Amino acid sequence: MDDKATAKTRRALGMGITYLVFALLTWVLFVPGTTSEQLTTFTFNVTAGNLPPIPDLTFHTLTGIYLMVALAALAGVWQLTKGFKNVYLILGLVSVFFVLAFLAWAARDKSMNLTGMIGATLLSSIPITLAALSGVMCERSGVVNIGIEGMMLSGAFMSALIGSVTHSTWWGLIAAVLAGGLTAALLAVMAIKYQVDQIVAGTAINILTTGLTSYFSSRYLQTNGALNNPPTFDRISLPLLGKIPIVGPSLFNNTLVVYTAIVLVFLIYWLLFYTRWGLRTRAVGEHPRAADTLGINVFRMRYINVILGGMVAGLGGAYLVLSSVARFDELMTAGKGFIGLAAMIFGNWNPIGAFGASLIFGFADSLQTKLAILRVPIPSQFLLMAPYLVTMIVLAGVVGQSRPPAADGQPYEKE
Amino acid sequence: MSTQEQKATSQLESLARALLIPLLAVFTALVIGALLIIVTDDSVIAAFREGLGAGLSRSWSVIALAYGAFFTGAFGDVYHITETLRITTPYIFAGLAVALGFQGGLFNIGAEGQYFIGGLTTVYVGYSITGLPMIIHLPLALLAGMIGGGVWAGIVGFLKAKTGAHEVINTIMMNYIAIRLAEFLLDVGGPMARPGYRPVSPEIQPSAYLPQFFPSDPTIRFNVGFILALIAAIFIWWLLFKTTLGYEIRTVGQNPNAARYAGINVSKVIIVTMFISGTLAGLAASADILGVIHFMPNAFSAGYGFDAIALALLGNSHPAGVVLASLLFGALRAGATNMQGIAHIPVDITSILQGLIIIFIAAPAIIRAIYRLRGLEEGERLKLTRGWGQ
Amino acid sequence: MPPVLELKGITKRFPGVLANDHINLTLNEGEVLALLGENGAGKSTLMNVLYGLYTPEEGEIYVRGKKADIHGPNDAIALGIGMVHQHFMLVPVLTVAENVMLGMESVKHGFVLDREDAATKVRAISEKYGLEVDPNDLVGELPVGLQQRVEIIKLLYRSADILILDEPTAVLTPQEVEGLFEVVRSLVAQGKSVVFITHKLKEVLALADRVSVLRGGKVVGHADPKTSTERDLASLMVGREVILTVPKEPAQPKDVVLKVENLEVMGDRHRMAVRGISFEVRSGEIVGVAGVQGNGQTELVEALTGLRPVVNGKITLDGRDITHETPRVITETGSAHIPEDRQRDGLVLGYPIADNLILNTYYLPPIASGLVMHANVIAERAERLVEEYDVRTPSITTPAGNLSGGNQQKVIVARELSREVKLVIAAQPTRGLDVGSIEYIHSQLVRKRDEGAAVLVVSAELDEVLGLADRIMVMFEGEIMGIVPAEQATKENIGLLMAGVHPEAGKEAA
Repeated sequence: MDDKATAKTRRALGMGITYLVFALLTWVLFVPGTTSEQLTTFTFNVTAGNLPPIPDLTFHTLTGIYLMVALAALAGVWQLTKGFKNVYLILGLVSVFFVLAFLAWAARDKSMNLTGMIGATLLSSIPITLAALSGVMCERSGVVNIGIEGMMLSGAFMSALIGSVTHSTWWGLIAAVLAGGLTAALLAVMAIKYQVDQIVAGTAINILTTGLTSYFSSRYLQTNGALNNPPTFDRISLPLLGKIPIVGPSLFNNTLVVYTAIVLVFLIYWLLFYTRWGLRTRAVGEHPRAADTLGINVFRMRYINVILGGMVAGLGGAYLVLSSVARFDELMTAGKGFIGLAAMIFGNWNPIGAFGASLIFGFADSLQTKLAILRVPIPSQFLLMAPYLVTMIVLAGVVGQSRPPAADGQPYEKE
Repeated sequence: MSTQEQKATSQLESLARALLIPLLAVFTALVIGALLIIVTDDSVIAAFREGLGAGLSRSWSVIALAYGAFFTGAFGDVYHITETLRITTPYIFAGLAVALGFQGGLFNIGAEGQYFIGGLTTVYVGYSITGLPMIIHLPLALLAGMIGGGVWAGIVGFLKAKTGAHEVINTIMMNYIAIRLAEFLLDVGGPMARPGYRPVSPEIQPSAYLPQFFPSDPTIRFNVGFILALIAAIFIWWLLFKTTLGYEIRTVGQNPNAARYAGINVSKVIIVTMFISGTLAGLAASADILGVIHFMPNAFSAGYGFDAIALALLGNSHPAGVVLASLLFGALRAGATNMQGIAHIPVDITSILQGLIIIFIAAPAIIRAIYRLRGLEEGERLKLTRGWGQ
Repeated sequence: MPPVLELKGITKRFPGVLANDHINLTLNEGEVLALLGENGAGKSTLMNVLYGLYTPEEGEIYVRGKKADIHGPNDAIALGIGMVHQHFMLVPVLTVAENVMLGMESVKHGFVLDREDAATKVRAISEKYGLEVDPNDLVGELPVGLQQRVEIIKLLYRSADILILDEPTAVLTPQEVEGLFEVVRSLVAQGKSVVFITHKLKEVLALADRVSVLRGGKVVGHADPKTSTERDLASLMVGREVILTVPKEPAQPKDVVLKVENLEVMGDRHRMAVRGISFEVRSGEIVGVAGVQGNGQTELVEALTGLRPVVNGKITLDGRDITHETPRVITETGSAHIPEDRQRDGLVLGYPIADNLILNTYYLPPIASGLVMHANVIAERAERLVEEYDVRTPSITTPAGNLSGGNQQKVIVARELSREVKLVIAAQPTRGLDVGSIEYIHSQLVRKRDEGAAVLVVSAELDEVLGLADRIMVMFEGEIMGIVPAEQATKENIGLLMAGVHPEAGKEAA
């Protein structure tokens, strides 16, 4: 009990110091290069949606940066003296202060469209979110899934093929979900029935699906363009929500797949923590033998979860095709499955946390295109590296702790 | 029978046992590959419409053409044989990297990233230093590749030993960081890019070239790197099975509790294992750069990270097995290129074969069920990782 | 009225072991039946058969007079049988209410968890049986005693009326034990029937209505706690068969080799497992550590060999302070260690015998010079040791995992005792072995003693300690109950000490 108490105070102390470090970093990085005359302009208008224009926000760059430094420092001092209740929420806020200061600095003497930024962030985060959700579902039941990439790839391929053949986005979507589920079933059989090392099984799935999709792609899709010309989902502007200034046009004027992904985040969260299925899933992932002694079929729960998780990954593949580029390209997932895995860990195996992490990763992605336009002297590659670095830091337990389900990756054997 | 004869037969028997599953796995994968080629061939489908006999004979000729092209592509003439061996070279290094990790109970899924970093360090030494004789410059460039890859993997080993952070996730993260880092350095106008508009490094000095075996014929790219790879395999075999460090690595890999009992510093061994594993992945890059392409392009890797895992599994994490598996994969890749040229079968068939081979090796129960094998080490199961936790 | 539960002729075999040998047992409604026996007597196996986790080869189970087919926990639960396992089956990250309802959840609309309802039910059970616990607490943050309550509530939630408690006091503090007893009494008062598995005599006398004693997989007797003494029960439990005799001369103890002062060691569950003990082992003597398993012996050995950190106190080996040294330094100072779990710690099962014989000397000359190991030296050494220590194996290249338990242990004994050592620590050195191997290993330990080593033998087998040791140290709940010279030791007085009773106190009570 004593150990726990000291660990708690040490973590509280560490958090406070982290906030202060953020404040200091903001100062050191952005103040020296800024003169007191420079102005930053944030704009909020987008062409879509026919909304009444919102006035631009123009302010002294330095003032903005100082404000952010002050807010972060205040959080640090408060944490060290009084202590916050939800330190991770505050950590998120402090990071937002840092990012805002950075944006103000990057756009000094220029203007930046924040609304466009929000939209781009959301769109880049959707496939990562779906990949992460897939991982959450599998791993909460105790099966490590590093084959997400392969499941997405199968989904993407099938959605392009079936979508093209049927000229229907819906059939394409259904085909993608089924393909993801089928690929996951292969993982499930290997991991649960044959008790294959789950990382090896996932790797095999990645290699196999890469081969199969590329093979069929070059055999059919590339030689016959009609097979790789799927329709795409239309954007749907949600009534009322779509009219909200700033966030409306970027968040609520999207395709069905985007809405589905966001709904899935909260749905899976709710299923995991508020339903019988979720309770059993978590029990099986944490202590399968305990679940077994209470008459829960461990194998069945794991099969169901892995296959459902594969279906979600398949949906992620469909997003890439049916909601984005309208064609299948070989290796088009480009590592999104692995980034999703990182987001899952970063989000502590929690659907909403994983979504938050995916948004951060998506933000880094959209920011680098934005910065290239603004010609900011920071190589975009470093921004793209940041999510991976942060994941490693989280994993090492330097800031916060990420804890996998206790039985994650261990095959279950009956006595 | 004398005891010595007995020993010899039992050794032969165990060798046969060790080879049985891998051979059947490869064979089964090739059969499935053949079926795939048949069912995706329009002429075969047309022939089957005419009749079963026509279909079967057409199937046979398609397979014969495909695997024939495949065989000539891998071993047809001097050029193809040397090309197979050239492709084999980095496979051996990368496969050894993963195999060494497996021996130490570590899953180095990051050979890709270590390959990138090894490529960067080796190419940097290769082009930036001038005026050295080959006898110094070449070893220096190789050493640079080793250190680059070694440090990159060593970081992951350190994190595992000190914080328990799982090496699989961290090596994946390090892969992406390495790729971004290479992009930054080699991007047009980047610190390591050559002047001009191509995102590639400058050419390395000829003094850092790995010597060619057929310098008179520039199309033959077979070079000393292959010999280095064989030496590396022998060295790793020696290290693993003839030295105290190898004993420590294998003990930590097989039973960390017994290692602790035996007084082995488990943390140290984990870091050292990852470091050496990384040096081998770095050498794969050195072999490609110093032996073949002589500069480093931005988009560099050919997916060695995952291939290496397949190689290590197929080779049963033994250096000799890795060399054989690498020869097979080298032949697959060289043959597949020819197969695409002649029989119009996409090269991606190699990935399919590789994926199937891993599945069959990892789940030998499937192979046993197919071939009705019994009594072959029942409880034996490949177990490399223990989840994300410790 | 038929008994609530009747077992008839239950027989369960494991490879090489007859765990349950035609066991008959009855449990009447509203009583506490104590199932008494040493470790390995077959108690837990029997209860796992009853709970459907094992399938017996022979025998029948009757519940309330009706023949029952139990193929899994679900069948047992349906029959009203519930079991608290020795190792708790709780999910630490879930709350009390969630753990309780798992598998039989309170739901609304078919699948949405109704935590309110579950909490209410848990509270109702808590109040009815005096099992105070907050349904909304996380189980992982509860002390062990409360976790056990959650386990009991789990059974009651499933309306179990036959409760099996497997060694329930093994992990509890004395205060928690008292609390548990009250709970059991209140359960019985409300019509439940309880099987209480234990090896602690005091508990039997304090709680049970009837006692059945198991030894070697058989029921060897029944007793009435009201008319029995601890002494009676002890003799029933350990039996009266001839002590395994180990031929040996009287010890001639010389200098102190191992000196332990006020040693405190933490156990896995963040409880002090070794509580400030002090003792010495001299050159030329065998000190036996007797005690029921789980009383701190494992942690003591791990601390002595450097595998577990010492919280407080001092360990001196041959005049050198090794309190905080690594296993390697301790080995090099002259300590041999035959570990308790030979497959987990003592061997690399995939390695050939030859490689296992050098597990902690692989880096020393002549086996290695610098980095290079000498295969021929290793092979010669292996051939010699296999011969000398009578390891039955086809060859020295046979993997250790392919050997029988006895031969595996001989490999370890050969490795540890062939070295020049001043101290031998042998933990459970003959567990699960055949008689021939046991005799052989005993004679080797005696030989080492006669060569002048100090020997510390830890064993849960009382016969082994009595036969082998020159002095017997009894551990109970992390403390030393007493150190008895071999000539004064009897099964009775050591057995009582093992149960936490001083023989004198026992006499007075009788």
